[in-house]
Amino acid sequence: MIEIRNLTKVYHTNKREIKGVDNVSITVNEGEVYGIAGYSGAGKSSLLRCINLLEKPTIGKIKVDGSDLTLLNKSDLRLARLKIGMIFQHFNLVSQKTVAENIAFSLKAAKLPKEEMKVRVDELLDMVGLTDKRDVFPGQLSGGQKQRVGIARALANNPKVLLCDEATSALDPTTTKSILNLLKKINRELNITIVIITHEMDVVKDICHRMAIMQDGRVVEDGPVYDVFSNPKEELTKEFISSVVSFEIPETILKHVKGTIVKVLFRGDVAGEGVISGTLKKFNVEGNFLHGSIDYIQDLPLGIFVMELVGESNEIQKALQYIEKQSAQVEVIRNGI
Amino acid sequence: MEFDVNHLIEFIPEINSAFLETLYMISIALVVAIIIGLPLGILIFITDKGLFLENRVANQILGFIVNLIRSIPFIILLVALIPLTVALVGSMIGPTAASVSLSVAAIPFFARLVESALREVNYGVIEAAIAAGGTPWMIIKDVILPEAKAGIISGITITIVSLVGTSAVAGTLGGGGIGDLAIRFGYYRYDDTIMITTVIILIIFVQIIQLAGDKIAKVVNKK
Ligand SMILES: Nc1ncnc2c1ncn2[C@@H]1O[C@H](COP(=O)(O)OP(=O)(O)OP(=O)(O)O)[C@@H](O)[C@H]1O
Ligand SMILES: [Mg+2]
Repeated sequence: MIEIRNLTKVYHTNKREIKGVDNVSITVNEGEVYGIAGYSGAGKSSLLRCINLLEKPTIGKIKVDGSDLTLLNKSDLRLARLKIGMIFQHFNLVSQKTVAENIAFSLKAAKLPKEEMKVRVDELLDMVGLTDKRDVFPGQLSGGQKQRVGIARALANNPKVLLCDEATSALDPTTTKSILNLLKKINRELNITIVIITHEMDVVKDICHRMAIMQDGRVVEDGPVYDVFSNPKEELTKEFISSVVSFEIPETILKHVKGTIVKVLFRGDVAGEGVISGTLKKFNVEGNFLHGSIDYIQDLPLGIFVMELVGESNEIQKALQYIEKQSAQVEVIRNGI
Repeated sequence: MEFDVNHLIEFIPEINSAFLETLYMISIALVVAIIIGLPLGILIFITDKGLFLENRVANQILGFIVNLIRSIPFIILLVALIPLTVALVGSMIGPTAASVSLSVAAIPFFARLVESALREVNYGVIEAAIAAGGTPWMIIKDVILPEAKAGIISGITITIVSLVGTSAVAGTLGGGGIGDLAIRFGYYRYDDTIMITTVIILIIFVQIIQLAGDKIAKVVNKK
């Protein structure tokens, strides 16, 4: 649905050049929720804003639904934008217009006849649950309600794609949850491809199918969210993930523990604890759980156990191999001392 | 300095018609300033760097013309515009004639105020309208102008107040109006009563305009 090829965006500021985006290529499939995470200044917004050409790419191609946006003239680009919705961190509603008028703007841009406009506005208000706020001004709405208006405005013309720039960053956790649920529903029921930018890994974990991590304008790691979470390769990725899925055990505990310390990672439906205790019985190895957690990523469990194993080193080896066979991933953090 | 009430009462008809002349001059200049200055201010804003109708050449030419007119002292502008005034209204004296130069001075003044009011509009809102596929005309009409409404009303208030002062200058050079009265009687004839009265009228007038302008700007703002 979205193909970004070798995208580079250079900003010129007082003789200095800043590469906001540096040679990025990503593909977002139809019907997917794609997350882009990274620290402030990583280039997430620049990348997202290039997708609907709010920012003109310096180099590279942007294809949305098969058409290369960089080749379109102004009026064709406007038409293409009708099919690319966008929502913003600070909502960006017209404060002097009512909720209905804000939504109607998009429909006006699509030259929808007046009578149909009213019907469609009501439909959209119903979808985002704001029917009773139709004639209210944005100043009287809560942050979550404002974002709902933003979503209704973005979806007015049945877009193929919805771009979200930190759409929940200005909201409290409960409101964030409800907005994310709305986005999930939109993705599932309307089959709209969503690209979501965030610095909150919780958001990625909650609703994204695939993701990319950005730093200094480049994508440092990407892939299915479950894979990235269960098997992060880059330091930066690990750092991000640690806010959601914890891998570390405190130094003080490591000091007291004398045996071999291993991290066992179970993906999917494998009943982790059962496998481990079964294995310990089978081999002559004693085990102590130091840390254990099960996280759900896209409704798939990811179990992580950190444990101390005590016993003959070749028994431990055999036990670990056995665990690995049960579709788990084993990593020795430290050998016995 | 003395204040003679009987003298004042005697002069009421004259003060009255002078005040109406002032209102007349200001009204014409204001209407012209809005009709021409508003689009001009919008044009200067949207052709600026980074805006959706960015056009360096147009922006610099318009900016230059506006600065040029604004940098000419009003008295000189008024004299320089005599040929134009005569061509337009057939005379170089009277309130109608004065309103020509007042208009010319008010246009760039108001255009700059409009431009700065538009600059106050949150750029994110304009960007959201661009992302929604709005045409430039839609963005101006349905986003920028509504968002800048309160600022533009303040600009109109400031323009009226400034026109009160400028119209007095125009008045002394044959334009008539209350400023003319003040100078003719108060300054040349040492008629304190008339001078004080006219000054008080101007002060009250400016106060009323300012209060009304602020009130309207507040009431229309839905923020
Ligand atoms: N209009 C601009 N002019 C100049 N530099 C810019 C502009 N926009 C972004 N940049 C620079 O490009 C880099 C990437 O910025 P960008 O806004 O894309 O980061 P981000 O990942 O979205 O950060 P944040 O999480 O703070 O929103 C930064 O170094 C920023 O200073
Ligand atoms: Mg950003």
